[in-house]
Amino acid sequence: MSDLLERLLDGDHRALARTITNIENRAPGYRDLVSGLYEHAGTAEVIGITGSPGAGKSTLVDKMAETYRERGETVGIIAIDPSSPFTGGAVLGDRIRMASNIGDMDVFFRSMSARGSLGGVSIATADAVKALDAFGKDRIIVETVGAGQNEIDIVKTADTVCVLVQPGSGDDVQMLKAGILEIADVFVVNKADLDGADRTVQELREMLDLRGNAGSGRNDQHARHGHHTGPEATENGADGSAGRADGAALTQAEAEAEPGEDGSDPEWTPPIIEAVATHGEGVDAFLDAINDHHAHLDATGEAKAKARERYAEEVRTLLREDTADLLAEEIDARGGIDDLVDGVVAGETDPYGIADDVLDPVATCLRERREDG
Amino acid sequence: MSAGQTQQPVRCLVAKVGLDGHDRGAHVIARAFRDAGFEVVYSGLHRSPDEVVQAAVQEDVDVLGISILSGAHNTLVPKILDGLDEYDALADTLVLVGGIVPDKDQDDLRERGVSAIFGPGASMEDTIEFVRENAPER
Repeated sequence: MSDLLERLLDGDHRALARTITNIENRAPGYRDLVSGLYEHAGTAEVIGITGSPGAGKSTLVDKMAETYRERGETVGIIAIDPSSPFTGGAVLGDRIRMASNIGDMDVFFRSMSARGSLGGVSIATADAVKALDAFGKDRIIVETVGAGQNEIDIVKTADTVCVLVQPGSGDDVQMLKAGILEIADVFVVNKADLDGADRTVQELREMLDLRGNAGSGRNDQHARHGHHTGPEATENGADGSAGRADGAALTQAEAEAEPGEDGSDPEWTPPIIEAVATHGEGVDAFLDAINDHHAHLDATGEAKAKARERYAEEVRTLLREDTADLLAEEIDARGGIDDLVDGVVAGETDPYGIADDVLDPVATCLRERREDG
Repeated sequence: MSAGQTQQPVRCLVAKVGLDGHDRGAHVIARAFRDAGFEVVYSGLHRSPDEVVQAAVQEDVDVLGISILSGAHNTLVPKILDGLDEYDALADTLVLVGGIVPDKDQDDLRERGVSAIFGPGASMEDTIEFVRENAPER
């Protein structure tokens, strides 16, 4: 395994591919491998792209990769497609759109299927991102169809989350409200040359206004304040430096009491970019918006907070998965899930009773250990 | 970790190479492989040998199925095999060719590293069975 890690760090494409395979398969030893990746990762910018089927995600990602390559940056892409809940099989078709980077190994494109385990996909995605990061990719794009909680968890592994919307999807935009809309840092209205694009932009803008008012009204006021009073903000800045001459501590206290008054904008308002991905229109504006968001994350310290949040979520998901495995083992030891279900069918017990039964020794053991120190 | 949690579906790349616009067969195969529980990456039409190699290496597939109906197999397939070899990927990738390959060309392709050639009339069950039995162990 460590040989694999060495080859990956050495820039061996096949080692990178095999590492991601091991991560996906949870092959023996993959945990040590991922642990080994951590100290080499942390430099890449991670961008998440989601949106309804046919919105143009893969096409846009292709154009993004092309533009980054023109700027001399290396790109890693992970495209996640759903798998059949019945056979586990999947057709992963996102590669079809990758036409602009023919034979360019510095664009590493990997298709992954959402192998259906609780939280498993998002962990595998996060780990695969780590692998690409450690390999030395400058930009990493995670692409997935936006349909549910799983997808939201996936794009949460990104620094900047972009949601693609296509015109004429008024009702879709309504649907997006629950979930996807809240997590978007940048909106892209793709196929902006089609009729109805203006309306879709308008609808998104209205929804963002509503969100601001309903959610965190006070912060929203600050955001507006910051936006519309450029000159005043500069004056505040001047006052601030005068204050610093009097006493830095006071300025610091003021800054804490009134975040945003110093002119920096604590609240990010997602921009809405119009694009025609097939022609590459709007791609530069889109990439600029992503850079702006990244700068915002750095300036406000949100980047660090996000990273912390991500680590916490990774720990929680890992533990959830591991305990589920441990308990599955215990169920097998008790004769398998079918035997236990027989009890419920016969009316002798119920699912809650069984769950308590299985979990009780684990809970007892843990508590005893904690008390022993 | 329990066996149920360690999932290892067979990963396949179904590739169309060269100036050959007929991909109905590739679609049918991709779908049948999916229904057999495989993970299938489809390359799309008109791929160059380099692209197919790039895809096979990056996707780390167990099986590469090349669909070719244009008659250019003697030129294109060896280019792909050489490309795989360059990345040390030829030895543990099961390479299949599907399409129209005359008998006189088949031995040469097999010698170069193609494991099986499925022509017109080959049954889907046989193809899937062959993949199940011969997909390399990882």
